[in-house]
Amino acid sequence: MCSSSPFEVSVPEPDGDGPAPTSPAIRTGGAESGPAPSDVVVTTCLRKVYPGGRVAVEELNLSVRRGEIFGLLGPNGAGKSTTVGMLTTRVIPTSGTAVVNGIDVRAYPARAKQAIGVVSQANTLDQGLNVWENLYFHGRYFGLGDRAARSAADELLERFRLADRKASEVEDLSGGMARRLMVARALLHRPAVIFLDEPTAGLDPQSRIALWEVLVELQGEGQTVLLTTHRMEEADEHCDRLAIMDHGRILAVDTPQGLKASLGSGAAVTARAEERLDELAAYLSRAAGVTEVRVIDGDVRFNLPAAHGAMQWVLAAAQAGGFRLTDLSVSDDTLETVFVNLTGQDLRE
Amino acid sequence: MTAAVGPTDRPELGTQDHPLPPPDRTARSSPGASWAAFRAMLLRDFTILDKRLPQFVAGTVMQPLMLVFVLTYLFPKIGQAIGGGGGASRFSSLLMAGIVAQTIIFVGIFTVGTEMVRELGITGEMEDRLLAPTSVSLVAVEKIVSGGLQALFSAMVVFPIGAFVPSTPVYLDVQPVVLLTLTPLACLNAAALGLTMGSRFSPGTASYLFGVVALPLSFLGAIFYTWPSLTPVPALKYALLANPLVYVSEGFRAALVPSEPHLSLAVVYPAMIVSAVVFTVLGVRGLKQRVVT
Repeated sequence: MCSSSPFEVSVPEPDGDGPAPTSPAIRTGGAESGPAPSDVVVTTCLRKVYPGGRVAVEELNLSVRRGEIFGLLGPNGAGKSTTVGMLTTRVIPTSGTAVVNGIDVRAYPARAKQAIGVVSQANTLDQGLNVWENLYFHGRYFGLGDRAARSAADELLERFRLADRKASEVEDLSGGMARRLMVARALLHRPAVIFLDEPTAGLDPQSRIALWEVLVELQGEGQTVLLTTHRMEEADEHCDRLAIMDHGRILAVDTPQGLKASLGSGAAVTARAEERLDELAAYLSRAAGVTEVRVIDGDVRFNLPAAHGAMQWVLAAAQAGGFRLTDLSVSDDTLETVFVNLTGQDLRE
Repeated sequence: MTAAVGPTDRPELGTQDHPLPPPDRTARSSPGASWAAFRAMLLRDFTILDKRLPQFVAGTVMQPLMLVFVLTYLFPKIGQAIGGGGGASRFSSLLMAGIVAQTIIFVGIFTVGTEMVRELGITGEMEDRLLAPTSVSLVAVEKIVSGGLQALFSAMVVFPIGAFVPSTPVYLDVQPVVLLTLTPLACLNAAALGLTMGSRFSPGTASYLFGVVALPLSFLGAIFYTWPSLTPVPALKYALLANPLVYVSEGFRAALVPSEPHLSLAVVYPAMIVSAVVFTVLGVRGLKQRVVT
């Protein structure tokens, strides 16, 4: 069933343990036709079935290009963590291959670890070591000599604005500083790709902004970043490409703009009128492209395929029908709409 | 499909002010990288031991000091009967071996065991070492080596306590060859036992380590009595052979007070080698099962 091309994604089927995605649409972005030499992460038919039979990841074909920030989006239990686990040697795939920087992770986990940096969601800094030592020993684990590890630790502390905390115990760091130190640590051995699990979870807004500045700066220097996130607005703003996952499958891969254009519900329109609301609603619902028409609190709300030109169209249509609008607003589609369209609204816990 | 890991053609990381070090490492072979990681992890463990030396010594010394003080200093002083027919001096000499054995095993269980429980279950701080370019097995072996060295260090700290605290003379007849071969084996046993337990206990159940594991192991470990002296209770005598601490205690008796009846070294050595191998395998497997799914 699993195709040989990493870019053909099978159409998801309802698998009984959750709702089927409301839209089965599948997209892969760009003009991809197969893994390119510049792809840092390539998975082919990657599958994980946990003992007990739970299928966490179902034939995953994924490709992350060198130098991009790639986001993995999905509800809880979608298979994101298992996917990252397989790419970072901590979860052994049941079948399929995962290749990071040309190294088969399953066959050569110790080698593959040289090519990856990992920033987990929990604070996994070494509590027995101070801030500087966390970096120094990381360098030593990766084969740097004493002097090289020292200078790498010093330089990264400067760069991540932690130099004045170098002798601090890691338990005394704020959440934002701890996360920055973990990013610094993950980068110290110059991995081909760094994996970040919910990098901004639990951080205050300032720390979130500071962390994104770091990640965007790294990307500017060619660092490949793969992250999982729940924060749609961050994914929209910062990720070059996104994969939306659910039930262990990839439902769509594209740029944020591409996803919104192809899978969004277009523009959400709210039109207010003093009178004849129901007539207006009935009138609009006969027009081509108008969907989800409903009357709520003195407003008529409906969706249009695209935000562009929506306002003029609604005004012209209302005038043609003899309706007087007192207020009109059009909001553009968000990634969240795309996400909910694909993964459904059921609560996942 | 493999490829060498080395400098890539991507732009340099780092800013102009603070450039990252150049990628000066060329492709490292797996054994070379593993050995470097192994040494670095040992260095890390001993850096931390150095920082916590006062706490480590206090924690290691307290129990043996109290035992030796009460049983071999205080009891003879207040005329409390102890040591059966042999008197207080003989008892002090016998206890010496038991105390060293107990210290080594306890350091294994508590230093390696509780550290593993904490690092795996509470703080997750082992993550960085698990992601070092080596196998999980080698991370486990490093823990055993590091724990074994700490056990050795603790035995050396405790030795003077057993020798000088008792109020009656302690007569030791040290057998250097036995002592020098047995001690590393005992330390290996202790650390492997600690890894086995530490990788299987969760933070929620770790408190049972003391009550359910360490206490029975200790009281039924031929520390306060010799194994041959259990002849009047044959069922217990042979049941105790399942306790790895018995071989360590009896082995130290052969090394320190050889004239006293003790379990034959022909039994002690093979038993300790077998248990070291079994617990090493169980410990390595335990860690792997815990961190790789």
